[in-house]
Amino acid sequence: MSDVLLSVEGLTRRFDVSKPWLNRVIEREERQFLTANADVSFEIRKGETFALVGESGSGKSTIAKMIVGLLEPSAGTIRFDGQVMDFASGAAMRALRRRFQMIFQDPFASLNPRWRVGDIIAEPIHTFGLLTGAAVRQEVGRLLELVGLSASDAAKFPHEFSGGQRQRIAIARALSSRPEFIVCDEPTSALDVSVQAQILNLMRDLQDEFGLTYLLISHDLSVVRHMSNRIGVLYLGRLVEIADAKRLFVEPQHPYTRMLLDAVPDLALSGRRRTPVTGEIPNPINPPPGCAFHPRCPHVMDICRQIVPAQTTTASGQAACHLLTQDDHRRTREPVA
Amino acid sequence: MTEFTPDESRPNALARAWDSDIAYSFRRSPLAIIAAVVSLIIILAAVFAPWIAPHDPFNPATLNLMDGFTPPMEPNAFTGNVYWLGTDNQGRDVFSTILFGARISLFVGFMAVLFAMVLGITLGLIAGYRGGWVDSLLMRVADVQLTFPSILLALLIFGVARGFIPPAYREAMAIWVLIVAIGLSDWVQYARVVRGATMVEKSKEYVQAARVIGAHPAKILLRHILPNVMGPVLVIATIGLALAIIAEATLSFLGVGVPPTQPSLGTLIRIGQGFLFSGEWWILLFPSLTLLALALSVNLLGDWLRDALNPRLR
Amino acid sequence: MSTPILSVRDLVVEFPTRRGTLRALDKVSFDIAEGEVLGMVGESGAGKSLTGAAIIGLLEPPGRVAGGEILLRGERIDNLPPEKMRRIRGRRIGMVFQDPLTSLNPLYTVAEQLIETIRTHIDLSEKDARKRAVALLDRVGIPAAARRIDDYPHHFSGGMRQRVVIALALAAEPELVIADEPTTALDVSVQAQIIDVLKEICAERGASVMLITHDMGVIAETADRVAVLYAGRLAEIGPVRDVIQRAEHPYTVGLMGSIPTLTQTADRLTQIPGSMPRLNAIPQGCAFNPRCTRVFDRCKVDRPELIARAGGRQMACWLYDAAVQGEAENV
Repeated sequence: MSDVLLSVEGLTRRFDVSKPWLNRVIEREERQFLTANADVSFEIRKGETFALVGESGSGKSTIAKMIVGLLEPSAGTIRFDGQVMDFASGAAMRALRRRFQMIFQDPFASLNPRWRVGDIIAEPIHTFGLLTGAAVRQEVGRLLELVGLSASDAAKFPHEFSGGQRQRIAIARALSSRPEFIVCDEPTSALDVSVQAQILNLMRDLQDEFGLTYLLISHDLSVVRHMSNRIGVLYLGRLVEIADAKRLFVEPQHPYTRMLLDAVPDLALSGRRRTPVTGEIPNPINPPPGCAFHPRCPHVMDICRQIVPAQTTTASGQAACHLLTQDDHRRTREPVA
Repeated sequence: MTEFTPDESRPNALARAWDSDIAYSFRRSPLAIIAAVVSLIIILAAVFAPWIAPHDPFNPATLNLMDGFTPPMEPNAFTGNVYWLGTDNQGRDVFSTILFGARISLFVGFMAVLFAMVLGITLGLIAGYRGGWVDSLLMRVADVQLTFPSILLALLIFGVARGFIPPAYREAMAIWVLIVAIGLSDWVQYARVVRGATMVEKSKEYVQAARVIGAHPAKILLRHILPNVMGPVLVIATIGLALAIIAEATLSFLGVGVPPTQPSLGTLIRIGQGFLFSGEWWILLFPSLTLLALALSVNLLGDWLRDALNPRLR
Repeated sequence: MSTPILSVRDLVVEFPTRRGTLRALDKVSFDIAEGEVLGMVGESGAGKSLTGAAIIGLLEPPGRVAGGEILLRGERIDNLPPEKMRRIRGRRIGMVFQDPLTSLNPLYTVAEQLIETIRTHIDLSEKDARKRAVALLDRVGIPAAARRIDDYPHHFSGGMRQRVVIALALAAEPELVIADEPTTALDVSVQAQIIDVLKEICAERGASVMLITHDMGVIAETADRVAVLYAGRLAEIGPVRDVIQRAEHPYTVGLMGSIPTLTQTADRLTQIPGSMPRLNAIPQGCAFNPRCTRVFDRCKVDRPELIARAGGRQMACWLYDAAVQGEAENV
């Protein structure tokens, strides 16, 4: 498809969590690896918001970091607008780098405390050589106003702002290289709800105005549902389901997705029927064999303990669950034809 | 270097500095104020020694051997000259020699700290940012160096360095050799602290943001990380200055430091201790008191700075 | 009505700083009835955790209670000497904090900590205390409790650790449990389980709960009544269903509207403009007035007190002052 902006294929990342060499020799231990991501594939289309949702250990932030080049994938390829991202090749990447940006989780850590706000926002402009001289100042003022601050704020330091205002500054910095694609790693999880609403609304407005494409990383299903067109659900480093946002919440295909939905506190006090959630996320260094979710799955079968399920197409997207391929009558929900 | 300067309506830098937490903590700490005043007086006196000193102790033309061993505040038996702090065996005014001696001591101290700081910060930044084998190698070297007392190390470096310098240049180079020797024996502290702080800072999101846009590592280290690791470095540098002055005095006292033609406080003390038992106590006492006051006040200032910069103690 | 378990009257907490005294809590009053779960919500800096800390006498200096009273079953506890307060903590008031690691000593096994807590407050033999501890752990859902009780805290996962903390908080059968963000550090799927455990076990033992959290969803699931704090003052207090579904105070209305839910359809979230004032810049009159959509002259001058409304609700808002209500009806 031509309108795909970012595609990720077979993305895998292992971390070496072994003890130091000497300890390994003395204690006779093997090297240990933590598989943060295994075989993750998805596509993000131009102008959409694609969300990756998962709990701790799901590897959602690792994916974000690999996409923007902060971490090297152990295997797999990332294509941006058809070009393979090769972060080792400095010159070729420079042009690509300008086109994507990242917004981070913690607005108290994402702005250099020793820099003035104006310098922070101007850094990408200088790095990519987009503007020089007085034009930089003007552009920074424009960006600050765009995110709801005032041009005179450029001379202040980050500590003079509240969390929400800092996140606005971070957004202004991300926009300053005029990117097409922004990776948003838990952009509101450090903020209070009323401020979160402001930031989410701002992100939407900016998307409409500039036709931005977002990859939204979040653990909060309500935020994800509100913001995104399509959603990928991660469990222990693997994508268990990708679906259209609206459909995912109505007819979750994977048992884990259903469990996640059931775990969200019910603000509407609708008294909807919920299956009690059980178990905890296993240690990712020693994930269960087969489908990693099988120890907590209410529909577990023998095959789940042995074979990692492959992605199968569903009505709303795709899911990796043996229920969908085995034994049709055991399926809890028929896909809508 | 910023292009975003505050407009006129904001209080100026001086007013803001006066209002800052550090300045407040300083104003509330009498010990810090006294220490600062004492260090400042000694430093200023040393800097302006040629203008302040009543005599030039190193110009043989102005020296009168008859003035030798004049006690403080008493007229000399032969010449009738009065010296505040007395004179030494060659008739040099002790007060003036202290001023010039402090000048040498402070120069060596500052330069040694600067040398140790630049070396330590550079290696610390690289080790902390690169990690891996570079880090392991640098830190093992640091560990090994830490097992030797620094004064022993300085002695060793001093001895080795002198061996390489032709005798004709030894006198002129002595002071620089001393600086390098003290600096080299002291860089580890800076490197360790900077490495630790760098490892903390590099994982912070503002550094990641710079990496996402492909900023050069050198630029990230110098413009992003360095300003954020300087707080603890300043503390070590202040305390390090006191230590460097004492190290210089120790080396000079042992006779391996600056040549007697350019006496530092340490040299003066060495010279003075020879006269202690013959009754000319002032030749030893006053340089020693100056060294004590300088080292103590700088050290107290460093202690205060450490507490003031530590948010947990506030 | 019988005496409430906890009664907080006009509580004022102040922080003296060099730029003047900051009032972090300003005349906060509420009751917690026997067996009731009171939710305490507010954004960061609103003073919800401070309220909890003030009640258990663990305010971090230089913070201090500068006014008001705190009564536990009718007896004042805010002016007790530290020694007596220490006996009340643990015995009569149990505590659950956000980070389980801060409540558990990493150097002692879970058994040692539980048994010590039980025996400090209740006269039991070592053996009986242990039995009781195992039963407690079992109750909070620790599998194989009899064996795992001798493990150290770091052997447990985050969710299991929080279960241990709940067991520890309830070990001496307190009348009141103060839970400060008990699920904030946990994953959603674990959070749901912990809330259930906390709710059930407190109900079972008749302990009242003060649940401090920023998460309206957790409050909705757990609390009987909810108190909404804004800038150190109570904005609204009432039955959870009323406050969540029929919010009346303009701040609560804005707060509820700004939370995305799984069922909403609106494209944009309601947003409250601006942000909560810093403690050194709380505006005159109602603290919320600069951000309020329904502000009128009086809000900028006089501070509204809590006004009682039908159905046990209380509201600190001039819109609900009898006089204004009367006018509104006339118009």
